[in-house]
Amino acid sequence: MRIISACEIQKNVSNLFLKAGTVIRPDIEKAIKKVMKSEKNKLAKEMLRLIIENAQIAKREKLPLCQDTGLPIVFVEVGEEVFVRGSLKKALMKGAEEAYKKYAFRRSVVVDPILRKPPFKSGPALTHIETIKGNKLKLTVMAKGFGSENKTKLGMMNPTADISEIEDFIVSCIEEAGPDACPPYIVGVGVGGVAETANLLAKKALLLPIGSKNKKKHLALMEKRLLKKINGLKIGVMGLGGEATCLQVKILSSPTHIAGLPVAVNIGCHATRSAGCTI
Amino acid sequence: MKYIVDTNNLNAELIKKLKVGDMLYLNGKVYTARDQVHLKLYKAIKSKKKLPINLKNKVVYYTGPTPKKKKMAIGSCGPTTSSRMDLYTPALIETGLKMLIGKGRRSKEVIESLKKRKGVYLIAPAGCGAYLSTKVVKAKPVAYKELGAEAIFKLEVENFPVIVCIDSRGNYLYKRKGSANVKRRT
Repeated sequence: MRIISACEIQKNVSNLFLKAGTVIRPDIEKAIKKVMKSEKNKLAKEMLRLIIENAQIAKREKLPLCQDTGLPIVFVEVGEEVFVRGSLKKALMKGAEEAYKKYAFRRSVVVDPILRKPPFKSGPALTHIETIKGNKLKLTVMAKGFGSENKTKLGMMNPTADISEIEDFIVSCIEEAGPDACPPYIVGVGVGGVAETANLLAKKALLLPIGSKNKKKHLALMEKRLLKKINGLKIGVMGLGGEATCLQVKILSSPTHIAGLPVAVNIGCHATRSAGCTI
Repeated sequence: MKYIVDTNNLNAELIKKLKVGDMLYLNGKVYTARDQVHLKLYKAIKSKKKLPINLKNKVVYYTGPTPKKKKMAIGSCGPTTSSRMDLYTPALIETGLKMLIGKGRRSKEVIESLKKRKGVYLIAPAGCGAYLSTKVVKAKPVAYKELGAEAIFKLEVENFPVIVCIDSRGNYLYKRKGSANVKRRT
C-alpha cells in the first residue's frame, strides 16, 4: 500500500486548475500556429493571431483565457494499491474551490438549476473517480465552458447504421453548432455503452492530446475522415470561413447492446481548458 | 473597411455606412447584459415599467466578466453566445438599442428587427477574454448588482475590436456567398 494524503491531492488539483484556466494547452497552441500559417482568409488569420496573443496575456497576467471559467470537473484514476489518507472527494472539491477563489475565476454555478438564484458559486466540482492497477494516482481537471457544452448531442442510433451514417450524424452536430462554440474546435466522440457512457467518453476524448494515435484502426480512420469532412464545412474561426474549423476529432468506444448504438458528440472550444498530473 | 467608432455619439449616418465584414474599433461607453438581465429587461418592457438604464442609441455587450485583479479595470471579458438572447433582443431594439456585441448566429427575428430599426450586430474575438480585458479602461456595475458577473456593468472601452456580422440593411455575414457554410439555428 502507498499512502497519499488528501492534502497533497488538494494542492495538486488547485495547481492544475490554475494551469488549465490560464495557460493554453500546448497541443492546441501548436495546432493553431500551424493552421494560421496556411490560412489565406486575412480576417480569419488575424483572429487566429489574437487567440495566440490572448494566450500570452493570460499566461503573463495569470488571467483566465476565457471569462467562462466553466464548471469544474475532476477525473481521477486511483491505483488499487493506493490508500488516500483523508477524504478524496473533499480534497477534489476543495482543491477546485481554492483555485477558483485564489485566482479570481468566475463563479458560474447556480445551486439550483430550476430556481437559478444568486449567490453564484464556483462549484461543487463534478468528480469522476475510477480505479486502475498499480500504486499511482492520476488527476485530470477540466474547466468546461458552456458555450461549447450547450452544443452536446446524443444520438441513440440504429444498431444497423453503417459507418457513413454515424459520420454523417457527427458532422451534422458540428454543422448545427456552427460558429457559436468558438472554433477551431476539438471534437470528442463517444460510441457505445449506454447513454451516459457515450457522453462521458465523448468528454474524455477532449482530453486526448492533438496528434495522439487511436489504437483501434477503424476508429483512427474514422477520425481522419471526420476531420476532413468537418473542415470542409468551412465554418472557420468566429465563423469567418477559411481553414480553421476543427483541429482534431477523437473517438473513444465501449461495448454496447445488440439493440443500440449510442453516439455522443462533445465539442471543445479553441480554449479547451484541461491539465493533468500523476502522483 | 476599418472604422474607429465613438459609442457615445452613435448616429444614423454612421450606422448606415457600416457593412458586413467591416472591422470596428470601439471607443466609449458599452453596457454589459446577458441571460438573466435580458429576461428582466424584457419583462420590464412588456409590463411598461421603467428600465434601470436608457438603451436609446446605446451599445450592449453580451459578457459576464471574471472578477478583476489589481491594477486592471476588469477581469477576462470575452463575448458569450448571442443566440441565447435572441428571444428578448427585438424588444430591446424597439427601445432604441443600436449595437449588439456577442458571438455566433442570430435568429431571423433579430435580423429583421435590426433592419427595421437600423441597428447592427457585431462579433468580438471569441474566446479571447484576457486580450479583451486590456481594451476596457473602466468598469462599474450599475444595475442588478445581485447577479454578480451577470449584472449590468457600464464599461469604458478603448480600441475594442469587433466585426460587423449583421448590418442595418439586414445583410448577414454568415449568409454571404463564399462565406461560412452556416446552418441557421432552428
